[in-house]
Amino acid sequence: MSFEIPDDRKYLESHEWADDDEGTVRVGISDFAQDELGDVVFVELPGEGDAVTHDEEFGVVESIKAVSDLYSPVSGTVTAVNDALTDQPELVNEDPFGDGWMLEVELDDDSGLDELLSAEEYREQVE
Amino acid sequence: MRYDQARWTQAGDSSEGTADQYEPLLSEKNTETVAVESPLPDDLTRDELELPALEEPQLARHYTRLSQMNYGVDSGPYPLGSCTMKYNPKFTEDVAALGDAAVHPDRSDRSVQGTLGLMAGLQDYLARIGGMDAVSLQPPAGAAGEFTGILVAKAFHEQHGEGETRDEIIVPDSAHGTNFASAALAGYDVVELPSGEDGRVDLEALEAAASERTALFMLTNPNTLGLFERDIEEIAEIIHGAGGLLYYDGANLNALLGRARPGDMGFDIMHYNVHKTFATPHGGGGPGAGPVGVTDELAEFLPAPRVREAGGGGSRGHEGEARGTDGVYELFDPESTVGKVHGFEGNWLVLVKTYAYIARLGDDGLADASAKAVLNANYLASQVDYDVPFEPFHHEFVASAGDQDAADVAKRMLDYGVHPPTTKWPEIVPEALMTEPTEIESKATLDQLAEAFDRVAGEDDETLAEAPNRTTSRRIDQASAARNLRLSWQALDGE
Repeated sequence: MSFEIPDDRKYLESHEWADDDEGTVRVGISDFAQDELGDVVFVELPGEGDAVTHDEEFGVVESIKAVSDLYSPVSGTVTAVNDALTDQPELVNEDPFGDGWMLEVELDDDSGLDELLSAEEYREQVE
Repeated sequence: MRYDQARWTQAGDSSEGTADQYEPLLSEKNTETVAVESPLPDDLTRDELELPALEEPQLARHYTRLSQMNYGVDSGPYPLGSCTMKYNPKFTEDVAALGDAAVHPDRSDRSVQGTLGLMAGLQDYLARIGGMDAVSLQPPAGAAGEFTGILVAKAFHEQHGEGETRDEIIVPDSAHGTNFASAALAGYDVVELPSGEDGRVDLEALEAAASERTALFMLTNPNTLGLFERDIEEIAEIIHGAGGLLYYDGANLNALLGRARPGDMGFDIMHYNVHKTFATPHGGGGPGAGPVGVTDELAEFLPAPRVREAGGGGSRGHEGEARGTDGVYELFDPESTVGKVHGFEGNWLVLVKTYAYIARLGDDGLADASAKAVLNANYLASQVDYDVPFEPFHHEFVASAGDQDAADVAKRMLDYGVHPPTTKWPEIVPEALMTEPTEIESKATLDQLAEAFDRVAGEDDETLAEAPNRTTSRRIDQASAARNLRLSWQALDGE
C-alpha cells in the first residue's frame, strides 16, 4: 500500500506534517497516520494564541481504534485552528493534507523547522 | 451450532400491522391530571404525568422481549477478560431483598446492630482474604477504591513530611486504564513502566523508575496478561527501599483466592472488585462497591466511618474515636481519616451480597473458585486455534487474532451465540483476544466457546467484516456512533 507524501511538506517522525508559507506554517497529520488510526471521531486542538513546541504534544486525535497524542512539528504561536474538524473529524481521513489540516502556527525564531524530515526521508521511514 | 437472537419490532417501527410486531405502543400515553399539594415552588412541580397506558401482561411481555434481544451472563458464556463477567447466584439477591436488609442509613446505630455486625464481619472476611489489617467498605466501585487507596498513600506521605516531594505514581504499561486515571485525578505525575519481554515487570526498569519521588507503585497480580508477577518480593523491596508504597489492584484476585494473599507479598494497600471476585452484579452505572484494605500503619487514614466491636478501639487497625453507641458494634472515625468517599457507609446492599457469597462458599469454596477459574482458562486456551504468546497464565489468557482484526473476530463470535472476549487490549499482544471464562462454566460450555473461536479462526476477512448477522442489532457503524453522540433518550425523541 502506498501513501500520499507530498514533496512540499516537512515531516515529524511521529507522522505530523508542516507546510511552510513564509513564516506561517500549517500543521496536520499524514496520510499514513490517518490510515493507521482508522476512522477519526474527535480532534482536540489548542486555541488561537496558545504556544506550541517542536516535538511536544499539542492535542489529541481519537479514532474508533485508539486515542493518540499529536506532536507539533514546529515551535510558535497558534494563529488559526481548523474549526471544521469539530463537526467533521472525518476530514482528517478524507483529506489529511488539505481540508483535514489542524493548526496554523506563526514560527518562533527557534522553530525546529530545520530539524524536520524531508518527504524523501519520511517516505523511507514509512516504507 | 446455529444461533438466532430474538428480533422483535415495535408497532410503528416500520410498516404497520405485520404479524411480527408486538404491543405495546409506548407512544400511546395516558395523561392524567392530579392535584398536588406540595411545599415546593411551582416551577419545580408538575400536575400532569405522562405514562404509557399499559396493562400488566403487556408490560411483562415488553420487558421479556427486551431481555430476549439482549445478551448477558444469564444467556450464555461471557468470557470478557479482565471484566470477570461471572454468574451472580440468585440467592444473594434473595438475601439482599430481605426486609432486614432494608435499613434507613439515618437510623440509630443501636437499632441497626445486625447491619453493623454484618459490616464488621465483612471487613474481617476481606482483611483475611487479602492479608490486610484493616478494611473500609465505603468506596462505591473499583476505580473509586483505587482513588481512595491513593488518598491514603498521600495522607501517609504527608504525615511523614513527604507530601510535596513524593509526586509520582508508577504504573506498568499493561495496567488497567483506571490506574493511570486515578493517579492523575489525585494530582500525581504518572510514570509508565514498560513491560519486560516476558510480559512481566522489568526489575531493572523498575529500579530506574523508583526514587525519592515515588509515592506509590500500582500493580495487578496476576497481571492483565494473566501472568503471575513472580518477582513480587524483589518488587516490594525496590519500592519500599525507595520509600514508596505498594498498591494491589484487586482486578485479578480471583486467581489467588484462598491460595496467596497480597498482604503476604508486601502490598500495603489494595482494593477488592467485589463484582468480579464475589459475584455481585457489575455496576453498569448502578451501585457497586470497591472496598479498600490496608496494613496496620495505614489504617488511621481510611475513610470514615468504619465499624468495630464496641470498645475495640485498642485493637490493631481499629484505633479512632467512637461515634457513640451502647450496642455490641459501633461506628468510629479512624484517627487521621481522609474523610468520606461516598454517602453513609457505602453501597450497603452490594456489601450484603458480598457477605452472603463469601459466607456461603467458605474457605474451601473460595479456594475451589480460584482453582476452577485457572483450570477453565487453561483448558479453553488449550482448545483454541489462536496463538497465546504469553504463558503460563492463570485465570485469563490473551490470544492473538494474528492477521485477523480482533474487533471483527469478536463481532463474528456473536453469530455463534457466545459473547466475545475483550479485544485489542492489552496492546502488548497484537490483535489481542483477552479471554476469561471464569470458574462458573462447565466443560461443555467451554467446548462451545472453543468451537466458536475456532470456526471464526477459519473464516475469511469478508465474512468477518459483515458480521454479526444473527443478532438483534447487526453491524454497528462505530464511526458514526462516535461522531454523532446521542447520550440520552431525549436525543432519540422525534426521530
